[in-house]
Order: sequence, then C-alpha cells, then structure tokens
Amino acid sequence: MALQEICGLSDAPYMKSRTHFLKSTEEEMKNSTSNIENCYSLSAPPFENPMQNLNAIQQHGEKSGIKIDFDHGTTTLGFKYQGGVLLAVDSRATGGQFIGSQSMKKIVEINDYMLGTLAGGAADCVYWDRVLTQECRLHELRNKERISVAAASKIMANIAHEFKGMGLSMGMMLAGYDKRGPGLYYVDNDAQRTPGNVFSVGSGSIYAFGVLDSGYRWDLTDEEAQELGRRAIYHATFRDAYSGGIVRVYQVTKDGWINISNTDCMELHYKYAEEKK
Amino acid sequence: METVIGIRGPDFVMLAADCVQASSIVVMKSDHNKIHKIADKIAMATIGDAGDSNQFTEFISKNLALYKMRNGYELSPKAAAHFTRRNLADYLRSRTPYQVNMFLGGFDDKEGPELHFIDYLANAKSLPFGAQGYGGYFSASILDRYYHDKLTEAESYEILKKCVAEIQKRLIVNLKNFNVVVIDKNGIKNLEPITSVKLDAAIAAAQGAQGVRAH
Repeated sequence: MALQEICGLSDAPYMKSRTHFLKSTEEEMKNSTSNIENCYSLSAPPFENPMQNLNAIQQHGEKSGIKIDFDHGTTTLGFKYQGGVLLAVDSRATGGQFIGSQSMKKIVEINDYMLGTLAGGAADCVYWDRVLTQECRLHELRNKERISVAAASKIMANIAHEFKGMGLSMGMMLAGYDKRGPGLYYVDNDAQRTPGNVFSVGSGSIYAFGVLDSGYRWDLTDEEAQELGRRAIYHATFRDAYSGGIVRVYQVTKDGWINISNTDCMELHYKYAEEKK
Repeated sequence: METVIGIRGPDFVMLAADCVQASSIVVMKSDHNKIHKIADKIAMATIGDAGDSNQFTEFISKNLALYKMRNGYELSPKAAAHFTRRNLADYLRSRTPYQVNMFLGGFDDKEGPELHFIDYLANAKSLPFGAQGYGGYFSASILDRYYHDKLTEAESYEILKKCVAEIQKRLIVNLKNFNVVVIDKNGIKNLEPITSVKLDAAIAAAQGAQGVRAH
C-alpha cells in the first residue's frame, strides 16, 4: 500500500471506490441541474469570458469538430396606437444557415393581459420568458393584483443585468395593459430597458422599421394597425433570409390580448403581389 | 456616440445630454432622458454602456435616498460625487465593472453650485465646465471660448445651443434632441430641450438677418 501511495496510484480514477464515483457524479448532476430548483442558479459555460470565447469556439467549429450554432434570427415588432398595443412576429428559427423551425411561437403569452416577444438566442429567450411568467404569476398571488408591464420588464432587465457579459442573447418586447393603460417596453441582453411607442427587434428589424416608420400614425384604426404590422413583418421576411414562416399578429387592449391572425408569408407575398397589379 | 455637457455658473449648474438610445446601428428611441434626478438638488447626466447607465444611476440614487432615510439629512453634492466615484472604483476592480461616464451637478446651500466630472475609470474632478462622449470633442473649444465666470442662465443655455449646433453639423452620428436641466437654489428644473428643428429655424433666421444687412 505504501508503494501505491508514493506512486500516487491512489489518486488515479480507477483506484477510487464506487461510492466515491457515485458521489462525484451526483455532485456534477446537482451542479448542472441546479436551475431546476432555483431558476437563477445557472451553471456557467465551461470557459472564461463567454462573450468573446463563445464566438471563438463557434468559429473554430469546423476544425475542432465542436459545432454549436444556436437558434437565431428573427423579426419582431410592436407599437402602441390609439387602440392599444399591436405585436407582429415571424416564426422562423435558424441555427447558422439551417432553418430549424418554420412554426415557432415567438410571442409568449405571459398572462391574459401581457405578451412577450422573443428575438436573439431562442433558448435564452424561451427560458427567461418562462421564468418571467413564473415571477409574474407569483406577483399576482402575493399582491392580489396583476403585475404592471413596467414591473415585469424591470424583472427581465434585472435578470439581464445579473447575467451581463455571460453571453446571453435576447431582445424582447413586453406588451400589456395595466392600470396605466397600454404598455410597451423593450429589454435586451445589455440590460437596456426602455418604454416606447414603436420598436422592432431582430435581424430583420431594419427592414421592418422601414415599412413601420413610414406607415405609423397614432390614430391608426385597428384594421390599419394590424395590416401595418403584418406588412412590415412580411417585407422583413422577404429581405431577411433569417426571417420567414408564419406572420403572427396579436393585439392587446384593455380586455386582454387577442390573436388576430397567423398567415403564411408566402400567402401574403402572392396577395400583395396581386394588389400591385 | 452619446454626449453630455455640463456648465457651472456663479449660482447654478446646467446639464445637457442627448436623447438617443441605440442598439447596434439602429436608433431605438430619440426621446430618451439621460439626466436623472438623484436627490432634491443633485442631478446626474449619465452616458455609457446601454444597460449600465440606467442600472448604475438608479443604484446611486436609491443609496442616496437610503442615506437620507437613515440620517435625516441628504448627502451634499460633493459627498454624492465621492460616493459615486468610490463605487465606480470598487466595481472597476470587480468582475463586472460599470462602463459609465457622467456629470454630477448639484447645488449645495452652503458651497453653492458644483459640477463633477466622473468617468468609468473612476476619475473624478470638479470642473467649471466640460463635455464627454464624441460630441465632447466638438464642444470643448466652444466652451473654452464662450465660458466666463459671470455667466447667466440664459447665456449658458445659448452656449449649449452653440455646442449642439456644432455637434449636429460636424459629428457623423445623428443626435437630434438634447435635454437640458438647470439646478439652482430652488432645486432642479427642466429647460426646453434643444432640438435640431428649433436650431435650424434659429440658424435660418440668423442667416436671413445677415442677408438683409448685406443688401
């Protein structure tokens, strides 16, 4: 035994007892699933400075064989007008050049009076939107009243601030109706949070902004607003390869949100082409 | 790309900040207020990393409020500047430094008006006037040229207008609106924002007047 000690054999993994192995595995399991018990306790990426090094790892994917491309690319828009808040989004999820899904729901129904949109890393957005939904419900149970859009967006901004620099990628809009009337907030992974009348987020946002800004007025009727949102997203799906699929339009009024339409962008393409003739 | 300007007069401090909020190359908003009231007679004009500037100013202002609650009196502007600087210095040496630059303007009933320059390296200095951000490069010489010790509020506002006009003329980035705040013995007051539309009208009027004289 003494010789083993001197040679350091007892430290070798095959010399460890089975119970020890189980314990370390258990520990590892616990660490990597800690977010199930506490959703804010995420295990950090296994490399330092995630913001820069994740990009480096992704760029070396071909050589190293570690190919990770997160689902990305989106066009979402939202605006306030006299009739409430309108949200319109596409439904395409892409990982690099690959279209992962054409039927994603990028508008999350947080409660009957609040909607959130997802843009950026699909996993990050879905995960944190779920956490936000939970927090909003807890707020409702604790305070016996619905959470305001301002408060909900602040929860999101605080989360983003907590994980700033860890490589989260999100750009979301929160739309809802509370005591203060219609609310629309923009929150992103820089922990930037701001209320506003017109927002568009995602890779196709530049195209959507073009249509949106040129057609936007406060006194838009409901139909005009819906059509403006739909058109802006359609034109973004036309120009932006990372946006496409179904154009979903939602509206939030004092009675809560309603889903206005879910139209395939191809259908819209031929419809608008027909109108131009 | 953002800009803040501060001027200290004999009995007031004036702060100006642009109103642009951007995400990569897109202007998300052009009416975003960057001058925050952090105590009765202290305001902070903060620029820098998108989320940080809001989060940090809020952190400072809530701490000042807490101090007031605990002690029954407010932190003086100078003390607030030191507190802010110290926090920035501590965060600078942590894993999550705040990327913020600011002017802290305040009016102390005993000491008079104060203007403090503070940057993300936790460098703090009391100044008669100054400017930060890209627009700061264009404003510096204007402030040097027109600043004097007996500045009135109206003169100071005119200097700010000159700075904004120059920024809008020479800086490549579009900074349309500037919020202006003045702090004096009566507290904090918002002045009329300086906008490009108003400036264009003023410049046109001035050129029109010159034209008449030339004839």
